[in-house]
Amino acid sequence: MTDTVLSMTDVGKSFRRNKVLENCTFDIERGSVTALVGSNGAGKSTLMSLVVGLLSPDTGQISVLGNQVGQRGIASGLSYLAQHKPLYPRFTVGEMLRFGRSTNDHWDDAYASELVDAAGVSTSARVKSLSPGHRTRVALALALGRRPEVLLLDEPLADLDPVARREVAQTLMRDAAEHGTTIVMSSHVLSELADIADTLMLLRRGRIQLSGALDDITSEHYVLIGEGDPSQAVGDGSVVSEAIGSGGKSFVVRGNRPASAPGWQVDNATLDDVVLAYLSDRSAA
Amino acid sequence: MIAYRIDRHSGIPAYVQLVLQTKQALRIGDLVVGDQLPTAKDVVGALAINPNTVLKAYRELERDGLVEPRPGLGTFVIASLAKPGMAEKTALTNELDRWVAHGIAAGLDRSDLEALIASALDARYHDTGDIER
Repeated sequence: MTDTVLSMTDVGKSFRRNKVLENCTFDIERGSVTALVGSNGAGKSTLMSLVVGLLSPDTGQISVLGNQVGQRGIASGLSYLAQHKPLYPRFTVGEMLRFGRSTNDHWDDAYASELVDAAGVSTSARVKSLSPGHRTRVALALALGRRPEVLLLDEPLADLDPVARREVAQTLMRDAAEHGTTIVMSSHVLSELADIADTLMLLRRGRIQLSGALDDITSEHYVLIGEGDPSQAVGDGSVVSEAIGSGGKSFVVRGNRPASAPGWQVDNATLDDVVLAYLSDRSAA
Repeated sequence: MIAYRIDRHSGIPAYVQLVLQTKQALRIGDLVVGDQLPTAKDVVGALAINPNTVLKAYRELERDGLVEPRPGLGTFVIASLAKPGMAEKTALTNELDRWVAHGIAAGLDRSDLEALIASALDARYHDTGDIER
């Protein structure tokens, strides 16, 4: 049974002449954890702003939890943590939590306080005095205090040190395990999401180049290493990218692995191989 | 009890690592029939991995007839992989421990010792590493 909680159909968005998103179509299933990956400027933040209704699309439809996204503010059941983790700098953490309580109809105060507690942040500390890690965890407590069914996070782990990064990831995964929250998070660094996500959506130049379960994506690609023209060995697969490697040229190929490829070395593709192949400038896609 | 670890550089998918570690614990008797596996929430909270990874591992262990989910309670061990010979576990471990100490005293390091054990096992079994999945 599939239960789509978030979808776009043929969504396009331009800023003046600049097409930021084109023909964006996808469905996100309840309970999945999606990594939205793309280079800087690929359209990740625009996509998220469209989902929460901060921007409206030029074309296409966006649906969140069964409702069309409109002008009536963020859908209840959806939380969004923007890249800069906006909080009021002069508020104390306690005041920030009270703000969450009084501006949200659905608010789980015990849960939000527990998350702040677990982060080791004092409620009397001022927001502006917090480290980036603590700031993120307070912002996350506010986003999760709404007890969202869908949580959108724009670059949640950027500018965090490795310890804070891990703690934030743990908080997110615990929430997903306990409440079945659907999570979509963007990053331009895939490695920080590889263990956390089960689904990948790759944006390049405003288009979704690749989307699906992580396991399927890696098994649908392979790496071919050798010299010369790979078209014979590739068969009906398609070459995604080529790179000069130590043992000759290396090609990332989408398709079934050839049963035999004389003169070529055939390897399993890692997620990194695949993502880099699609993001690289030499990509044929 | 079992505490899982994920080696991110091993190239082995995380769920397979969880399955292998559980089987290892069942084999050496760290987990016995009736024991509860950690909840998905505990595992993901500790390792920062996707909950579906844990569920996938547990489903595979269930298919193998080793564990059983009990709704609302958790996942429990229903079969052991420990052979009767594992009763000798303490004695064998002590012997091995003395052997390792002997090797270290002789100036060998971990990879030397691993090579010695591997070659002794190879000589005994004449096959190419039957790694059970």
